[in-house]
Amino acid sequence: MAAPRFPELPMLDLKGYGPALAEGAVVTIELAFLSLALAVTLGLLGASAKLSGNRVLTGVATAYTTLIRGVPDLVMMLLFYYGGQVAVNALSDYLWETRQIDFFFQFDPFISGVVTIGLIFGAYMTETFRGAFLAVDTGQIEAAKAYGFSRWHTFRRVMIPQMLRHALPGIGNNWQVLLKTTALVSIIGLTDMVRVAEEAAKAERMPFHFFIPVAAVYLALTAGSELFIKWLDKRANVGVVRGN
Amino acid sequence: MPDFIAEWLNTNDIFNAMTMMEYWDGMVTTVQLVFLSLVIGLVVAVPLAILRTVRNPFVSGPIWLYAYLFRGTPLLIQLYIIYYGVAQIPGIHETFWWTIFREPFYPALLAFTLNTAAYTTEIIRGAIVATPNGEIEAAKAYGMNWLLRMRRIILPNAARRAVQAYSNEVIFMLHASAIASVVTIVDLTGAARNIYSRFYAPFEAFIFVALCYMALTFMLVFVFRKLENHLLRHQRPINS
Repeated sequence: MAAPRFPELPMLDLKGYGPALAEGAVVTIELAFLSLALAVTLGLLGASAKLSGNRVLTGVATAYTTLIRGVPDLVMMLLFYYGGQVAVNALSDYLWETRQIDFFFQFDPFISGVVTIGLIFGAYMTETFRGAFLAVDTGQIEAAKAYGFSRWHTFRRVMIPQMLRHALPGIGNNWQVLLKTTALVSIIGLTDMVRVAEEAAKAERMPFHFFIPVAAVYLALTAGSELFIKWLDKRANVGVVRGN
Repeated sequence: MPDFIAEWLNTNDIFNAMTMMEYWDGMVTTVQLVFLSLVIGLVVAVPLAILRTVRNPFVSGPIWLYAYLFRGTPLLIQLYIIYYGVAQIPGIHETFWWTIFREPFYPALLAFTLNTAAYTTEIIRGAIVATPNGEIEAAKAYGMNWLLRMRRIILPNAARRAVQAYSNEVIFMLHASAIASVVTIVDLTGAARNIYSRFYAPFEAFIFVALCYMALTFMLVFVFRKLENHLLRHQRPINS
């Protein structure tokens, strides 16, 4: 008999659930990154709307951030997942009856998860980016104007690069919370690592055995992100002289 | 109840008096769970935060580790570990603890308390560490010992610095408590999930609880704003 590739540690004997857990971890990471991309996009849009000076846009952005902060993430997720399917069904019926168009799709938990987490953290990112934009020195914007930059040009060339330095700590905090929020998507049926661990724990009646490794993966992800953000922060502030 | 509301409820399939009672019971459960975990969590967090500032690494180290572990992992996993794990402790079925932990409410309460205590410990520690050195020197000059300094100078001022971050933690806890519905507790979210599956009406069920949570959230925001105004009265500009 060939020697096993890994020594048989009692800690790491995952009863054949190892590959499924690893796949689930990949799903968790994909979910987190896609949600982050959506959240950053929404955050930039929201912050621009809040600072635009246009009353309608400011109102819409304020309503969005207020609404999101009042409602639990899980409730929002359940609403999007179950409500989204009902809405698609209704639309599908309507299109078939009126136009004979065959249109249907199954709302899957992954998309619902990305949309919900993206929307929620988009609201938090809006506040982060708003603060960061306000922290950019007005002299910089005046200088851009004096050079004849258009508004869009000023935004892209002057505001964005200078605001990122101020936004970085906020983005980092939001990312850490976002990462932990991804665990909730297992509740609406996504086979991420939390779901796999839950099924395994129930089947094998070994909760500690399966949940502690998953918790360790989350811990590694948050700890790794912390180091990475610290490094980024150091780089972004390389030209800044700090007091004392 | 006013007549027109009663009439409207009678003619409505989903929002009838019975489902309203379910929502109400759910809200009571949510408020109990959040309130108890926050109060116990705060009571635990204050001494932990003080001990965390002690120089001896054998005292502050374990507290750092506890806070790090609970802040670095999702609350859902902590809840699962406690909820499923308690039943696996050998011999627990014979002790009186089993009569308590058999109800899903108590494992959830334990998980929420441990989680919020970890976050609160770090918030209070941050506020204690930020105490200006002059305040401590002045207290020492008055001959106050460590305990008196802590009680009269450091903790009251730390509370002022911590209140804003703590209000965020309270709202975070209210929102996080929605996951209690996953371990069969019928809190607000649990009530909504039951009503959703009975009527297959996601919008009515979930938008209504979303509004309930919003009402609770804004009530908390209001209370904390009052508290902040009260604690930070001395910093108010003179002409306001």
